[in-house]
Amino acid sequence: MSTPNVELGPWTAVGLVANREVMVKVRSKAFIITTIATLVLLVGFALVMKFVGDGGSDATVGVTKQTEALAAPLKATAGQIGTSVDTKTVDESAGRSQVSDGSLDALVVSDGADGKLTVVVKKDLDGSLRDALTVLAGQVALNKEIVDLGGDPAEVQSSVGQATVDVQPLEEPYPYQQEQLVLGIIAGILIYMSLLLNGQMVATGVVEEKSSRVVELLLSTIRPWQLMVGKVLGIGFVGLVQMVVIGGVGVAAALALDVLSIPASAAIGTVVWLVVWYLLGFVMYSLAFAALGALVSRQEDVGGVTAPALMFVIVGYVIGISVLPSEPDNTLAEILSIIPLFAPTLMPMRLAMGGVPVWEAVVSVGLVLALIPVLVWLAARIYANAVMRSGARVKLKDALRQA
Amino acid sequence: MADGRLEIDHISKRYGDIVALRDTTFDVRAGELFGFVGSNGAGKTTTMRIVLGVLAADSGEVRWAGERITFETRRHIGYMPEERGLYPKMKVGEQLVYLARMHGMSTKDAKASVAEWTERLGVAHRMGDDVQSLSLGNQQRVQLAAALVHDPSILVLDEPFSGLDPIAVDVMSKVLLDKAADGIPVVFSSHQLELVERLCHRVGIIRSGQMVAIGEVDELRSGGAERLVVVAPNAGPGWATGIAGVTVTEQDGAKTVLELDTGADDQAVLAAALATGPVTEFSRLRPTLTELYREVVTQETEEDAA
Repeated sequence: MSTPNVELGPWTAVGLVANREVMVKVRSKAFIITTIATLVLLVGFALVMKFVGDGGSDATVGVTKQTEALAAPLKATAGQIGTSVDTKTVDESAGRSQVSDGSLDALVVSDGADGKLTVVVKKDLDGSLRDALTVLAGQVALNKEIVDLGGDPAEVQSSVGQATVDVQPLEEPYPYQQEQLVLGIIAGILIYMSLLLNGQMVATGVVEEKSSRVVELLLSTIRPWQLMVGKVLGIGFVGLVQMVVIGGVGVAAALALDVLSIPASAAIGTVVWLVVWYLLGFVMYSLAFAALGALVSRQEDVGGVTAPALMFVIVGYVIGISVLPSEPDNTLAEILSIIPLFAPTLMPMRLAMGGVPVWEAVVSVGLVLALIPVLVWLAARIYANAVMRSGARVKLKDALRQA
Repeated sequence: MADGRLEIDHISKRYGDIVALRDTTFDVRAGELFGFVGSNGAGKTTTMRIVLGVLAADSGEVRWAGERITFETRRHIGYMPEERGLYPKMKVGEQLVYLARMHGMSTKDAKASVAEWTERLGVAHRMGDDVQSLSLGNQQRVQLAAALVHDPSILVLDEPFSGLDPIAVDVMSKVLLDKAADGIPVVFSSHQLELVERLCHRVGIIRSGQMVAIGEVDELRSGGAERLVVVAPNAGPGWATGIAGVTVTEQDGAKTVLELDTGADDQAVLAAALATGPVTEFSRLRPTLTELYREVVTQETEEDAA
């Protein structure tokens, strides 16, 4: 009779389980497709931003020989109100046909010497272009008055230009930029999707083992916690690699295409925070998902049993995505983002948008870190008590009570 | 005592108010094929799960080679759960290597062992297929391979024969007999009593969580009252009445079944039968395991009811 060497260290067992999860997940079609799709979307988004930004101007306005003098002031005015305009000198008739075929957004046909700028458009004048032209018309009229009064319009303009407003805020201004908002939204979507998908994968994986009874075979050689931890680590690791790849490619694409005006360090910082919060959120939620998944024996029941935990992910995300873009310093979002249950979705969005006080970032991470050991203990207990009980759904209370 | 014997010693287990096992005690000797029979819910699976450590007993202990079985020594057990347990969407070969490694084998040894067992069980050509794409019979062969790949020193198989075709039954039987011949204790549960009778050295019958009969098949079959079958075409009803210590339990045409009290003379019965004319059959009736099982199980139920 041979007695084989059957030593298996606890972490070797965890490693074997984790390794299996990684292999299974990396080879799954769903994983490959979602990763590639996300990458294509991100790079595509960066390209679109590049294309839109590179078009240089938001509108192209035609000027005739008579109105050519307005070209420079129009560009300047447009710049002041935050839009950009290209001008093109054309014949009036050619200009009109270009307006009708859409290659010109508008054609300025009269210089406003009579107090009126006349503009030919196809149907209607775009809002910001209308503003620019209105301001321009005002300036033309003003210049005319200045000249009539014997002044020099250029001198007046330059001294007007030097006038500034001294702003004295009663509260600290919220330092964020449009781009950071977009970054925050992308961060929110990424973390939400990966928590949702990877968390659910832990729950379905636990139930798969339970419903196929393979858990009985596995638990005859390894401990329940080893199986649970191995599963969480394996799936989490793949999710992490996915997040790093997606975040890295996204930032690299944005930097390479030069579509970000915020500093590269801020963009990289966003990705780093994203990874940190993915890890914290994943460990937290997946432990809950593993414990909850162990309560049921059929895949159909996974949705129902994990719903309460999922609610926290969804609520955090929905609040973040609906409130933060318009009001990045919303008090409710600020408070919730420190509470561990909502922090993994809200905090990375806030961090990407910028302006989060250091203490809030530290406290929210600290609270989650403090919660994780409690969750490990709780989840291991529920999991160990419930995972061998097939059939009807195990009550949470029973799973907790049984030693 | 280091003879590799598996001992189940006074195991009790309750699920709430339900007593699943009550002082269940039996042993499986090294080199022996032990058949574990009992009705559904009698406690077979519970017993096996306790041996495997996937379930904790309320009291009692399981010993192997004289020592209380531990988490580490359990890795020496090859186990086949009642309802098959394999990852449906994992390839046969990878899955078996994984399970072998989970029992502490190196990758190299695991691969060699998987190659050997899949070959021996006739599923080597399905190594690269997902388990779920295999027929039930082949899944069961893979399941058996999963119990064997880590070269176990004890085999515990819950219903290994259920759902197998006759050829697969032969393959499985051969493997179990071979493993027993290698000198390891092999215990399996089954409802196919003819199979158990044919294969096993010893059997144990469990009812309501208690072992009600344990012993060699022959020993169990020869237990109880001695019975005779007599076929005498000319014998009329009542031919055997009056023979001391003999009771007729069944008379069907020419065939009579008689039960003999201890010490009753079977030759007197033969003489009485011959007195009626020709006797075409005269034999001792030994109960099959099936009959024995029915008797043991129903008898106890009546006792319970009383």
